[in-house]
Amino acid sequence: MNTQTAVGRFGRFGGRYVPETLVPALMELEEAYTAARADPTFDAEVAQVLREFVGRPTTLTPARRLTEAWGGAHVWLKREDLAHTGAHKINNTVGQVLLARRMGKKRIIAETGAGQHGVATATACALFGLPCEVFMGALDVERQALNVFRMRALGAVVRPVESGSRTLKDAMNEAMRTWVSQVSDTHYVIGSAAGPHPYPTVVRDFQAIIGTELRTQAQAAFGKLPDAIVACVGGGSNAIGVLHPFIGDASVRLIGVEAGGHGLDSGQHGASLTLGTEGVLHGSRSLVLQDADGQIQEAHSISAGLDYPGVGPELAHLAKTGRMEVRTATDDEALAAFYEVARLEGILPALETSHAFARGKELARELGAGKYLVINCSGRGDKDVATISARGVPPAVGVKP
Amino acid sequence: MSGEIAKAFARAKARGEGALVAYGMAGDPDLPRSVDVFAAMVEGGADIIEVGVAFSDPIADGPVIQGAAERALKAGSTLKRVLDEVVPELRRRCPETPLVIMTYVNVIMAMGEERFAKLARERGVSGAILPDLPPEESGSLRATFDAAGVDLIPLCAPTTPQARAEAIAKDARGFVYCVSVAGVTGMRAQLPADLSQRLELVRKASLVPVVAGFGISTAEQARTLSAHADGVVVGSAIVRAAHSEGPQAARAMCAEIKRGLKR
Ligand SMILES: Cc1ncc(COP(=O)(O)O)c(C=O)c1O
Repeated sequence: MNTQTAVGRFGRFGGRYVPETLVPALMELEEAYTAARADPTFDAEVAQVLREFVGRPTTLTPARRLTEAWGGAHVWLKREDLAHTGAHKINNTVGQVLLARRMGKKRIIAETGAGQHGVATATACALFGLPCEVFMGALDVERQALNVFRMRALGAVVRPVESGSRTLKDAMNEAMRTWVSQVSDTHYVIGSAAGPHPYPTVVRDFQAIIGTELRTQAQAAFGKLPDAIVACVGGGSNAIGVLHPFIGDASVRLIGVEAGGHGLDSGQHGASLTLGTEGVLHGSRSLVLQDADGQIQEAHSISAGLDYPGVGPELAHLAKTGRMEVRTATDDEALAAFYEVARLEGILPALETSHAFARGKELARELGAGKYLVINCSGRGDKDVATISARGVPPAVGVKP
Repeated sequence: MSGEIAKAFARAKARGEGALVAYGMAGDPDLPRSVDVFAAMVEGGADIIEVGVAFSDPIADGPVIQGAAERALKAGSTLKRVLDEVVPELRRRCPETPLVIMTYVNVIMAMGEERFAKLARERGVSGAILPDLPPEESGSLRATFDAAGVDLIPLCAPTTPQARAEAIAKDARGFVYCVSVAGVTGMRAQLPADLSQRLELVRKASLVPVVAGFGISTAEQARTLSAHADGVVVGSAIVRAAHSEGPQAARAMCAEIKRGLKR
């Protein structure tokens, strides 16, 4: 279903709030993207890479022990953690890098928070032989050492960003500033369904493969569409990717889970859908965490990928119109969910994903037995093990310390 | 439309000079001392003052102005305080010099477009420059500004195709701000070779003055450009001078550029 109510707009949200220097590039991108999508050879090329290289379709896994432990709906997992590079981010970077190549761009820049998007971009660039530069907040460079190494190993240049909160939003500022100076031969691969038009649409379309696969897989696995789908929300690319194909299905509850950080009252969280107000950040009008004077506030989350004070405009629209329900999970709840999923299902979910699991538990109970809940497993937790283990590992079940 | 901007350009022209549009960051190092910097800029010969209002995420700015914005925010600068404390004091000290607010669209949205336009006009602001508000997004805001008598000054970039540049120029308020380089604010040793030609094209289409900005820091650059434009904008060079050596240095920088603008 099309939620785009005017060019580049999702209700009140979206648009293209960028320096004039970038406007022609965004128009060029929009045109090239429309042409690519109308060209069956492009879709075929993307599909082939997703199949052969990324490992799609990712599986839909029954979470039998979680289902039993939670005592409610049947819980199933859409396994984006099994995609190459370990998260959904690769779906978008393969598409965008192929698009950039089609446009004759000579180099790629990207921003990254957790590093997953940076790794995914570096991977696609390595695959297609394009030079790649990734901007990353200096704090995230410290938090995500594994992914920094992976990017460098893949041949990308990682640029630590020291300004502002030294996290994702500052990396995005720096990527935009760099893009302004190099726009003629450079494509900027934005990592979430955010930014100026056409990015929210481009990223959503490339990520919608998650939901499209899920429709078919759900029918095959349990003979109907899910009763509810839950996904974590940073910028919102995995959420819009899994949810978008279901927007028109009134029977399917769509739920986004944001970073509650230290708690919604603490002022330290990443809950822009829940507590944000209308504003313009990184080129689009959406819901953002800001003070009364319009200064963007620093977000906080234990997971670098949810540590962002904005959110994609389409999700803002879905939240405001009530089509998507929005909940939050705190750092501690996400950590608890991480261990629960690890020990009951043998999966180390990313800390981002752990937020979706934290709320999945109560959703399963709310839905009740006989219903089907799908949790979008946006990525694997290997990148987070340093952060998590630094807090001490709880003793194993049934084993005396 | 406010007439003050047109008058300032006419005054410079009558003296046989290109106009100097000089940018400073309100609140750097603090609100009262930034007023001293602005006043010194006028003493140095600035014809129009761009009053920068800090934004936390300035995607069109280079390191010098980014740094100034961080200092201003630390010093408690807000759009409201700039309108309450900086603008009235500047009007008192430099009644002839038009003031233009330069900030990002989110700062205006947070105050409310109408409230800003009304307050700005009351306090004597002539125009506004919002570098992240291209023409496609400026419709309602520009109507509000027009009604209040605040000029929304558009920007043109090196990447702007000619037809689009002409449309922007034709429809401009106040003046057209031609961004000289594809990039962020900041000083450049070299300006693009085709800049003068671009300026002439925009000038031909425009009913209002056309200025070149971004990257300009020397009298020599000002001299070269003023043959093809009605004036130049200087920002980072002034902000840096004021930051390291205070108002006197900002005055000297303006006077130096102004020498280059004498025809
Ligand atoms: C595994 C994983 N999940 C989720 C996210 C959040 O991003 P988004 O909301 O755009 O999907 C990230 C971002 O880095 C991530 O790495």
